[in-house]
Amino acid sequence: MDYTVIIGLEVHVQLQTRTKLFCGCSTKFNPDHPNTQTCPVCLGLPGALPVLNREAFHLGMKTGLAINCEIPAFTKWDRKQYYYPDLPKAYQISQYDLPMSQNGWLEIELDPETREKKKIGIIRAHLEEDAGKNSHDESGRGQDSKVDLNRCGTPLIEIVSEPDLRSAQEARTYLEELKLLLTYIDVSDCNMQEGSLRCDANVNLHVHQANGETVPTPIVEIKNLNSFRGVEQAIEYEVQRQWKHWQETGLSLKDVPKETRGWDADRGVTLEQRGKEDAADYRYFPDPDLAPVTVTDAERERVSQELCERPADRRARFEESYQLSVYDAAVIIDQGLAVADYFETVAESCGNGKQAANWVTQDVLRELNERGLDISKFPIQPDVLAALLQKVNAEEITIKSGRTVFQELLNYPEGVPGIEQIQNIIEDKGLALVSDTGELDSIVQAVVDKNEKAVADFQSGKQAALGALIGQVMREIKGADPKAVRELFIAKMS
Amino acid sequence: MSITSATASELLAKMNSGEISSEEITSACLDEISRRDGSINAFLSVQQEAALEKAREVDRKRKAGKPLGKLAGLPVALKDNICSEGVTTTCASKMLEHFVPPYDAHIVEQLKAADAVLIGKTNLDEFAMGSSTENSAFKTTTNPWNTAYAAGGSSGGSAAAVSAGFAPLALGSDTGGSIRQPASFCGVVGLKPTYGRVSRYGLVAFASSLDQIGPFARDVTDAALILGTIAGKDRRDTTSLDAAVPEYTSTLEQPLKNLKVGYIELLHEEGLHAEVKEATLRALDVYKSLGAEMVPITLPHAKYCVATYYIIAPSEASSNLARYDGVHYGYRAPHFENMIDMYAASRGEAFGDEVKRRIMLGTYALSSGYYDAYYLKALKVRRLIRNDFEQAFQSVDIIATPVTPTPAFTIGELVDDPLAMYLADIFTTSANLSGIPGISIPAGMSKNNLPIGLQLLAPPLEEERLLRAARMFERETDWHLKRPV
Ligand SMILES: [Zn+2]
Repeated sequence: MDYTVIIGLEVHVQLQTRTKLFCGCSTKFNPDHPNTQTCPVCLGLPGALPVLNREAFHLGMKTGLAINCEIPAFTKWDRKQYYYPDLPKAYQISQYDLPMSQNGWLEIELDPETREKKKIGIIRAHLEEDAGKNSHDESGRGQDSKVDLNRCGTPLIEIVSEPDLRSAQEARTYLEELKLLLTYIDVSDCNMQEGSLRCDANVNLHVHQANGETVPTPIVEIKNLNSFRGVEQAIEYEVQRQWKHWQETGLSLKDVPKETRGWDADRGVTLEQRGKEDAADYRYFPDPDLAPVTVTDAERERVSQELCERPADRRARFEESYQLSVYDAAVIIDQGLAVADYFETVAESCGNGKQAANWVTQDVLRELNERGLDISKFPIQPDVLAALLQKVNAEEITIKSGRTVFQELLNYPEGVPGIEQIQNIIEDKGLALVSDTGELDSIVQAVVDKNEKAVADFQSGKQAALGALIGQVMREIKGADPKAVRELFIAKMS
Repeated sequence: MSITSATASELLAKMNSGEISSEEITSACLDEISRRDGSINAFLSVQQEAALEKAREVDRKRKAGKPLGKLAGLPVALKDNICSEGVTTTCASKMLEHFVPPYDAHIVEQLKAADAVLIGKTNLDEFAMGSSTENSAFKTTTNPWNTAYAAGGSSGGSAAAVSAGFAPLALGSDTGGSIRQPASFCGVVGLKPTYGRVSRYGLVAFASSLDQIGPFARDVTDAALILGTIAGKDRRDTTSLDAAVPEYTSTLEQPLKNLKVGYIELLHEEGLHAEVKEATLRALDVYKSLGAEMVPITLPHAKYCVATYYIIAPSEASSNLARYDGVHYGYRAPHFENMIDMYAASRGEAFGDEVKRRIMLGTYALSSGYYDAYYLKALKVRRLIRNDFEQAFQSVDIIATPVTPTPAFTIGELVDDPLAMYLADIFTTSANLSGIPGISIPAGMSKNNLPIGLQLLAPPLEEERLLRAARMFERETDWHLKRPV
């Protein structure tokens, strides 16, 4: 007997609007000043009414289109009703039977070696408002619980996948690709620590029996997955637990209702959760305070025009157009839109994609890491780096000198260095490549004259001696073209 | 006429001519309240100091020749489910007994901008659920014509305040007749505008798709005056309509030519009180005498109005009132075991029976497995009722009906018979379900010396037509001039 793992993910993503979904309050992450970003609307005060934030709807459409969803012409708002202290109206404005986008897919790469790809179906993506945050006294002294409503009313898009994922690894890959996509199209920062991206996983097994039948085990929804590692580990744990449970009890989907379990990252286990989810009747009904939203073909078209190239497409194009390795293309794309744009500007204007990729993936990323910088704050503009690489390409300076110039540009004391600084640094430091044999000749001759032993060693076949001789010339003339120097030595000593 | 029985327009004219000041008017109203509200119980709170202060400010502005708002110096009473910043807004519920909103409703802003003098907050059935104000957690408003009788509801306090001489103008809310029915009982003009004509922002929601704010006044002209100041698009209420607000008062005196008045033959003959029927027929004769054509109409789905209403309104109410859970504001039970218990105890202790009854009705109607049979079906019937009116207005300009099947009932008469109370909404709920405007105007007196109203209905956003038609009737009759003694 064996089994197939069946996984579907429900991902909640905070859309990066300036203000909340139905009021003008700020959406800033601000846990240190609770209940300061609130108003009568998001506090659910009597008489207050919601007003749709069109920007949130716009970002929702962008998201829906990016994951290849249909955007129906008509969508409406529904109240999902339940009691919880972080939900001051006792209902969440969400979308029930007519979501604003549906029937999409996201392609993931299963294996970078084989390049095998798989389309993961997306059932729907709908908009809803976030709840506030409860905090409970964990000291055991029975202090009051507290409620912070700063987050209450923040726009979320909930993306529900088909149960198309077949392993914890696939689930993680899907989530990573989704995050990358949403940050690329600039709808969310997907910051998992701050809760801008949260994930629940529905997991069960299809057990294949000897008689050829397949029996599904009970579906478990794992909540509280707030890291990629957590998603992977929780699913792995849950698969093992369900397999064991199946072997012990033989209970199948139809014997047991859907169960909710929480992921305890510290203990590495999922635990049964009791709470508002159990057998809840949310009594959904259309929110009479909000008019339905209609979307025209023109609007749909306009928003899809705004979409940039999806990361998967760009990855493929980088490999193709710039002859990048799978690895380099992935590294650049995974750094996000800004780094990819940076790379592309450099590659375009220096005319050598591979060289650009080397410099971006090694020198630039290293500096960003070391300095804890975002690419937008990186002192060397892409056109400057491109100009520098061009000089290396044109053999006006050596690669080594190029790295020196790079460091100098990084440490440029007066703001952002312009292209002209490259030349200034080359001149200041005497880095210009000297391949003029006339100028080099006298120095090479002097070194030959001073180093009788080394010359003799070379002549007796010790190639290593040549390196030391060249080094002496290079110390003398920083920009000396090592190739030219080498040839001069060989000519003089042979 | 005395200050407290004059109309708003008369008082404005006197203030403009310098004959009287706003302070004098406001003081006269406040005196009348302190003299007689002990037996009428129209007010839940009176903002005496703030009112006098505003009155004096308006007087100073008027004296200095500064620009003044349209209601400058006129006392206005507000139903206590309309939020006013810094003033308790109780909804006549123990739940919100001490609730002080941090903001003004849209119409309160409009009234303040119009230099009205906000004099006090009036009694209502708890959360506007009821037809008699007997469901108020605090007091029962009596009918100024005879205090043994109900003032009607749910805006009974506002109707009684205008009728009793406490304020020339008042605001109420109408979800299934809550303005028109008490206006009819108390012998004043009550107008429910088109759904969306007036912003609901700051009106504590009962049934969001039916609620509409509207005025009480002593005649049609005053109703037109105040409607003009509160109507219009408000971006904070996305259901408010983006349509120009006509100068209702400027066309009011122009009679409608070739007016076609629709009336319903044999409408619920059985339950209709003889005196109400007589008053309605008499009113039709008045229009006939003015050259209007009487056109019998049918509203085939009218018989489902009450049933439809009592599915939709409680469903929305069950959701709208879920927020009163003792967590964030409002009443919290002093003793409870845990969170669920706190919710149950707070709501159990602070809501009255009628509110609980409707929450249970609505919760049931929205429950999984019942939604399609109740709520969804009610929405479909609502559509049919709306179609009936659209159809009818193809052939008539306005529709004339009774407001209620009977004149005011006595206090306590229907308290133990909620169904009879619900059925009395038969003529009023259709306007809310179909979103059209309706007005109740004084059109007769019963043998018991209680007012009888006439309801006129018009197509959506045709308040101007409605007011002009009402004014045509008013000019020919003197029911609106009668005052309780
Ligand atoms: Zn807010």
